[in-house]
Amino acid sequence: MSTPSSPPKKSWSWRSQAFRGLLYQVIAIVVVLATVLYLAHNTTTNMKLRGIQSGFDFLMGPAGFDIGESFFAFDSGESYWRAYLVGFVNTLRVAVVGIILTTILGTLIGVGRFSRNALIRGLCTVYVEFFRNIPVLLQLLMWYLMFTEVLPASNEPLVFGPFFLSKGGLNFPIPEWASGHVWGAWGLLAGIVGAVLYRSYATKSFEQTGRVKSMFWAPLAIVLGGGILGWLLGGAPTALNVPVQGEFAIENGGALTPEYLSVLLGLTIYTAAFVSEVVRGGIQSVALGQSEAAAALGLSRGQTMRLVMLPQALRVIIPPVTNQYLNLTKNSSLAVAIGYPDVVSIANTAINQTGRAVECIAIIMLVYLSTSLFTSITMNWYNTRSAIKER
Amino acid sequence: MSASTFQPIEARPAPVKTDGLVAWIRINLFADWKTTLGTLLIGAALLAILPRFLNWALFHAVWVPHFEACHAEGAGACWGVIAEKFRIIIFGRFPFEEQWRPLLATLLLCSLLIVSCMRMAWKPVLGLAWILVLGSFFLLMGGGVAGLSKVETDRWGGLPLTLLLSSLSMAMAFPLALLIALGRRSKLPAIKTFCTIYVELIRGVPLISVLFMASFMFPLLMPQGFNIDVLVRVLAGITLFAAAYMAEVIRGGLQAVPKGQIEAAATLGLSYWQTQRKIVLPQALSMVVPGIMNNFISTFKDTSLVTIVSLYELTGSMSLALNSDADWRPYKIEGYLFIALIYFGFCFSMSRYSLWIEKQVNKSKLR
Repeated sequence: MSTPSSPPKKSWSWRSQAFRGLLYQVIAIVVVLATVLYLAHNTTTNMKLRGIQSGFDFLMGPAGFDIGESFFAFDSGESYWRAYLVGFVNTLRVAVVGIILTTILGTLIGVGRFSRNALIRGLCTVYVEFFRNIPVLLQLLMWYLMFTEVLPASNEPLVFGPFFLSKGGLNFPIPEWASGHVWGAWGLLAGIVGAVLYRSYATKSFEQTGRVKSMFWAPLAIVLGGGILGWLLGGAPTALNVPVQGEFAIENGGALTPEYLSVLLGLTIYTAAFVSEVVRGGIQSVALGQSEAAAALGLSRGQTMRLVMLPQALRVIIPPVTNQYLNLTKNSSLAVAIGYPDVVSIANTAINQTGRAVECIAIIMLVYLSTSLFTSITMNWYNTRSAIKER
Repeated sequence: MSASTFQPIEARPAPVKTDGLVAWIRINLFADWKTTLGTLLIGAALLAILPRFLNWALFHAVWVPHFEACHAEGAGACWGVIAEKFRIIIFGRFPFEEQWRPLLATLLLCSLLIVSCMRMAWKPVLGLAWILVLGSFFLLMGGGVAGLSKVETDRWGGLPLTLLLSSLSMAMAFPLALLIALGRRSKLPAIKTFCTIYVELIRGVPLISVLFMASFMFPLLMPQGFNIDVLVRVLAGITLFAAAYMAEVIRGGLQAVPKGQIEAAATLGLSYWQTQRKIVLPQALSMVVPGIMNNFISTFKDTSLVTIVSLYELTGSMSLALNSDADWRPYKIEGYLFIALIYFGFCFSMSRYSLWIEKQVNKSKLR
């Protein structure tokens, strides 16, 4: 212990804080570098001894395995990097759709816990407590079991109109490709541009005259109208590729595999429980006086929620919800347990076939790190947009 | 003006009752037409689903361990599968006649966890208790001493393994997380950079990749001939993973300690470590207990992932118990529900405790 009575010396000393700080840092750098070098040295010697080749050149070689489902055509003769690409796209397919569904479900349940109806409140509470206290892996396995054991076989599926649900997954009608759809897409785009213009006009007119113009239904109508107009101009193609009951399986139409559905369902339901807690916390964090003031101004309950509560709650909600999005993306790696060919599952097969554990694990980490980084950047941008504008 | 013109206004009706069961139902279920509609719709859905579910789960369920009875027409859930297989589900592949050992070890660990939750037990002696209990856990499970037969770690499984993985990795992660959290707040740029890189790197990747590293890459990283048990490798992996998340929780607590406290300590002439140990950490750590508890819950749930690198903890031992027996394999749903109930019991009570302790901590702040 230093003597409290002596004042700090101005001159340089071995015991000065600056020197000790420098010393600690040099020690830390040396220790970290030495560990890294030691591990790298061990790895290279081990690889030489076991005759393991290293390097990423294997990515160019043929993969030699088939992938159960892929967004674009893939066969076993194609290269490893194509296989990884298929896996990455499969991961993204789960993550992006999962994030959208989770946001919707989580918000509904979070708001539902403030419902005036005790049944809705109770159900939402039971949902949250039940689904967040059971490991997500177990939930994925259970959903997968539901799809593969409980549902009827694909030669006698459950039929809901043009939708077929069976052990083979979900089959649904998709529109037959026609050039009119391109027209529809352009119309939709034009509608979006029109809606943005309309909103800026409506805001300006509200600020000048004080008259409220529709800010939701009218823009929605413009967007949909644009889409439908484009579709009509393109010749209004209505042909649908409807799935039909084949002899052994369901043919035609679009299909989602049971693996994809169970991963998507499991992750969405699990993460929505957490998101709903975040939403609930955010709404609770808005001062009670705000909703009372809104009521005093004559706003309806829906308007209060939309115009007063949610914009303020969003500031509290966004950072933790970002974390949940990242968790969902990372948890999609559990798909390997039920055989959905995501990037981890591809890497696992690649490790077993080539023995290049270091490279394959590095690829997994790189994929998730970059996805996480991208999500954080996007959400941070949105967060700064919705943050309090301070002078 | 005379009194005869006085006309009393009509008596107002009695105020609407706002307490009691009837009033509660009126306010919470039938307040206005929207609420009533919701109640009717959800009530109808519940009435359609609940009886079916109860019939399946309770009234038509088969409780005896006879798979013929389960196969019978109109039979509901086959809980007999649990009665038949629960020893393999709970204890994995541990030798059957020696299973009192994992049972005793599990009870020891559980009581240690319960004791650790009590505030009056938060003393240095608790650390000693953890070391003693974990030591006896390993002795009981591993054997090889005091007349206990030796049981290799690859035969450990089920609930004891789940509890061991979660509590031991949390216990080891805590000191590491403390150092990393202090390092991230350090003024020394090199140390701060290393700690930040570590935390962000680990938090950016899924646990499964860390477990793959532990099981595939670890043998390559170590010198030739150096071989560690897969259980220890996985433990190390989970510890390193949990430490990054815990460090962030602790850092939050450190940030919440007012700067004046540190300045006051500096004025009194306390060194860096004295300040941290006597002033900052006692305040910060009591604030982060709920957060650490949440970490514990996630780690507890995350241990189910080790089944992917073939360690048979609760999830793995369940699959093991039913996959190996063709008669019982169709009743996996019941098996999954059973272990889901075990996980739920642990996690739900821990989250209730976390809420309670949060209130306790805030109470002392209000005073």
